[in-house]
Amino acid sequence: MPSYVPWDAEAARAIIVGKQAQPGALMPILQALQDEFGSIHREAEPLIADILNLSRAEVHGVVTFYHDFRQQPAGRHVLKLCRAESCQARGSDALAARAAARLGIAFGDTTADGSVTLEPVYCLGLCSVSPAAMLDGKVVARLDGKKLDALLAEADR
Amino acid sequence: MNGLRIYVPGDAAAVAVGADDVAAAIKAAAARSGTPVDIVRNGSRGLHWLEPMVEVATGQGRIAYGPVAVSDAAAVFKALAANGAKHPLRLGNPEDIPYLKNQTRLTFARCGIVDPRSLDDYCAHGGYKGLSRALTMQAVAVVEEVTQSGLRGRGGAGFPTGIKWKTVADTAAEQKYVVCNADEGDSGTFADRMIMEGDPFVLIEGMTIAGIAVGATQGYVYIRSEYPHAIAVLNEAIAAARKRGMLGKSVGGSPHAFDLEVRVGAGAYVCGEETALLDSLEGKRGMVRAKPPLPAHKGLFGKPTVINNVLSLATIPIILEKGGAFYRDFGMGKSRGTMPIQLAGNIKYPGLYETAFGVTLGELVEDIGGGTATGRPVRAVQVGGPLGAYFPCALFNVPFDYEAFAQADGLIGHGGVVVFDDTVDMAKQARFAMEFCAIESCGKCTPCRVGSTRGVEVIDRIIADRDRAANTALLEDLCNTMKFGSLCALGGFTPYPVMSALTHFPEDFGAPPRLAAAE
Ligand SMILES: Cc1cc2nc3c(=O)[nH]c(=O)nc-3n(C[C@H](O)[C@H](O)[C@H](O)COP(=O)(O)O)c2cc1C
Ligand code: SF4
Ligand code: FES
Repeated sequence: MPSYVPWDAEAARAIIVGKQAQPGALMPILQALQDEFGSIHREAEPLIADILNLSRAEVHGVVTFYHDFRQQPAGRHVLKLCRAESCQARGSDALAARAAARLGIAFGDTTADGSVTLEPVYCLGLCSVSPAAMLDGKVVARLDGKKLDALLAEADR
Repeated sequence: MNGLRIYVPGDAAAVAVGADDVAAAIKAAAARSGTPVDIVRNGSRGLHWLEPMVEVATGQGRIAYGPVAVSDAAAVFKALAANGAKHPLRLGNPEDIPYLKNQTRLTFARCGIVDPRSLDDYCAHGGYKGLSRALTMQAVAVVEEVTQSGLRGRGGAGFPTGIKWKTVADTAAEQKYVVCNADEGDSGTFADRMIMEGDPFVLIEGMTIAGIAVGATQGYVYIRSEYPHAIAVLNEAIAAARKRGMLGKSVGGSPHAFDLEVRVGAGAYVCGEETALLDSLEGKRGMVRAKPPLPAHKGLFGKPTVINNVLSLATIPIILEKGGAFYRDFGMGKSRGTMPIQLAGNIKYPGLYETAFGVTLGELVEDIGGGTATGRPVRAVQVGGPLGAYFPCALFNVPFDYEAFAQADGLIGHGGVVVFDDTVDMAKQARFAMEFCAIESCGKCTPCRVGSTRGVEVIDRIIADRDRAANTALLEDLCNTMKFGSLCALGGFTPYPVMSALTHFPEDFGAPPRLAAAE
């Protein structure tokens, strides 16, 4: 399970300043902030804009453009199920329905107890061992109902 | 180290089916028996139905076992410790397995063989020979060698690499860049990932040669965030190369400076498009730029930039080592050399199959791939990722060749082949293609942004049997608008999977089936 620290403006400032000098610093900064705090806190945007001398709208535009950046923290675990073609050919649609039903949520949502966020991903490069999934950065493939249930049980902790 | 040398792939596909646990179990078994072992986390050989495939180095070459489960580890360890002895999972020398033996491995020559974290191992297996030769040549001669090889971009568009490099070389500027496109967003593809995880130095060497050839001193590798293993291995390899002076102010003691940095994507398929990728590297939204200017003239930070796919760059070292003519002698027509083809989906023998251009789709799917994994008949094969066409078995005679695929209204793209059996619903696949385009559109052009959403609705109406004929005509119109009114191939090529599904599998859209003779 990934562990994040609560938002801390001073710590955030240090991260931003530490990366500010590299060319095209915005993406590495956003990635570092999300790695630290688990999401891009709303106070992060003006802070970045100020330090990088960008407009707030520019920073916000980048945050919202990319699927990876979160404006809200995710659940304690993030389960990404591949929904792309190779996995479809090996039955991923049924697995996706099963995961959503067991968790009682739709793709993109987090369970009420905050344990799991279920997300689609479009290919993990594991197509030769489809269907594939990623739980908190750990890759799992040749998924079937049983393996999926084991993953869900792991994510429920 | 001089323990028993055991190989357990660290490739993400192997890890995803338990290779880490198998490595730990083998280590534990070795410790229990008091045998010193040296466990190498190699790349994958690409025989993915056999993963995790464990190998041991013996006096008679390497002996493989697979697929090894944790419960097999103790017994397999006993067999491999006894000089590769008998065991039900014993496969013999992996290089004698026909699937591997019949390949022509040029780009993937070392993948699965070497320790990806060892620069010494890389050099012991012919690494850096291409760069050594390039360092003795004039930059123009290096570019000419690449042009002579006939190498075309492996990222999808198939543009001649030498011509791209020449444009950058001929553009004067104080700063130029080499950017490696490692976004590998196409479903059904994993060759870039395998190279980065299994032979990262070949990519570093290829980028270094590109830098020297065009006069660039800084390179970036833009890797998708879905590839944490590749990111880790490549970062380690870059650090190792820098430490040994193969990157930095004086590459290999030469007057040339070249350094590399990994940048990570953030989950946007469109950032695989080269100009969107450059915008993303600059810290912007990944919006596609209108061309001209070409990246070769005004690329990263407005400077002349070579941007190439991982496989294109990883093929450069062997071209420089053996000469352009050597590479050009493989292949057919205007498709020269070899293509690392990726067999995926519902296929009995999935994996990486590098072979000269010219192999037919049918040979790939039926003979090499063994048909479907489910044992049911093959019905459709999507080639070239989510923007690639679906082919029926009637087109299995099409050879793997850029022009032949274009003529069959398809594309080879990055070389992904995804097989579906007869349970596939092609209307659903067409709907998914439109839906994917809607999700990933950068939003710049209306036909792509709005057309794809409309496309989903129209296909839904066809599926629901509402005004089928009129809606089918509307879908065709919509595809035409997207094809001709989109700035990049996301909107422009989504019609390939949609129209191919409609053309070859009309019965799934409620129309009479196409006569076999009409194919
Ligand atoms: C929507 C879209 C996605 C793309 N994704 C990739 C990709 O993931 N990797 C890649 O190498 N090329 C991708 N391309 C192709 C690149 O735009 C470009 O042609 C390629 O990086 C050039 O390198 P090459 O000549 O070595 O193939 C994509 C193109 C489009 C339109
Ligand atoms: S076709 Fe789509 S993805 Fe490509 S530039 Fe236009 S809107 Fe963006
Ligand atoms: S399509 Fe699912 S991992 Fe590639």
